[in-house]
Amino acid sequence: MSRAGDFRDPALVKALVAAVRRDVEALGRPVTLMEVCGTHTVAVSRSGLRGLLHGFVDLRSGPGCPVCVTSETDLDRMVALALAPGTVVVTFGDMVRVPGTVGTLEEARAAGADVRVVYSAEGAVRAAAEEPERLFVFLGVGFETTQPGVALALREADRLGLENFCILSAHKTLPQALRALIEPAAGGDARGGDAPGGGRADRPRLDGFILPGHVSAVIGRRAYDFMADEYGLPGAVAGFEPVDILVAVRELVRSVRAGRARVLNLYSRVVREEGNPRARAIVDRFFEPCPAEWRGLGTIPASGLKLRPEWERFDASVRLRAALEDGLARARARAQRTGHERLRRACRCGDVLRGELLPPECPLFGRSCTPVRPVGPCMVSTEGSCAAYYRYEGRGDRV
Amino acid sequence: MCLAVPGRIVDLEGTRATVELGGNTLRVDVSLIEDPAVGDWVVVHAGFALEKVDEEAARETLAAVRRLLEVGSGE
Repeated sequence: MSRAGDFRDPALVKALVAAVRRDVEALGRPVTLMEVCGTHTVAVSRSGLRGLLHGFVDLRSGPGCPVCVTSETDLDRMVALALAPGTVVVTFGDMVRVPGTVGTLEEARAAGADVRVVYSAEGAVRAAAEEPERLFVFLGVGFETTQPGVALALREADRLGLENFCILSAHKTLPQALRALIEPAAGGDARGGDAPGGGRADRPRLDGFILPGHVSAVIGRRAYDFMADEYGLPGAVAGFEPVDILVAVRELVRSVRAGRARVLNLYSRVVREEGNPRARAIVDRFFEPCPAEWRGLGTIPASGLKLRPEWERFDASVRLRAALEDGLARARARAQRTGHERLRRACRCGDVLRGELLPPECPLFGRSCTPVRPVGPCMVSTEGSCAAYYRYEGRGDRV
Repeated sequence: MCLAVPGRIVDLEGTRATVELGGNTLRVDVSLIEDPAVGDWVVVHAGFALEKVDEEAARETLAAVRRLLEVGSGE
């Protein structure tokens, strides 16, 4: 029963779309919702939901792809670590092709760096244990879903007494980014240009958020209450099948219609009110909040995680400080000479990540930026909204 | 990157489980799960189990949606 089939039932999908349409017609205006999870982005594009809802619900993708929101500075630091003598950089697959200001980890590998891809952080610990003469650096990238796995790997490295394993933490936490998107004082304004106090005119008015099921499995539904309580915006924690997403859309539209802001848990088969306390505890044991730079959103207070001081021996930014500083300086000097710089400046990933621009509206989309030759991270990552639009929604179509 | 997939625990030794996932089996760390047992459905992400899947809640969700929309089970 918990298998996906029933949550893809075409009869249910059809009935849900019809129900949403009725509610939007009763409301009298189209509704704009944002999802903030790469897996939702892909699910919405692949299942054709965006098309089914076209004209009455505008489904926007926000900063939900961890690869895409990784700042160019962090990417440059990763490349610098890969190029440092004696290091092995270990990462999840999507990271290797994302360009910083000077290039990608893949290009560093072509230049002789040892860059390896693993399925789990624990795989990086195993590799380090097998080659004690090399220093292994795991790139800690990802939201709350991924962080417990990295913490488990650190616990294992500690248990084994590994001296040749460390991580570069570029982890991000989602609630703070949502707040920055919503909060005018933090540079964002989900309510759009017509809200008092400003907001950019080209920013869509957001009526609510579809919240990520697996991030929420860790942090719990309650972590989002602030959006309803403080900003009057409804939210719905949703699973990843078409029925899950449509139920969330329907509930959000009904909330808008009723003028009622609540954060609902519509993925109760996996998500609890308080999340998973064990997962949260192990993350807390190793990490503490820090400011983090997000591509497209800028620096957001307390939206990142760094290793606690007592775990400094696992912190690549401490152990490899000199290599990082050198590498960054060299990267910057090289960036000014490369032709890639010009294209990169035309890249609109930042606007796409804020939901202000749809991927096909970017002048590079499908022309100089494709999954084979990506310019920006949203086209590189399989979870990026540009890649999802390109694969599933017609590559060259202008909207 | 937050892609996580439901699978069923088919074998368990301490905090290491073998999980059947769409026809494949994977070794998975289940130390973040309360009282894991063979037969449990869990959501697996990057080598560890993130949470149990509550099958009863899954049934209830579907039943509630069908009731609301008056769509039969199609079975």
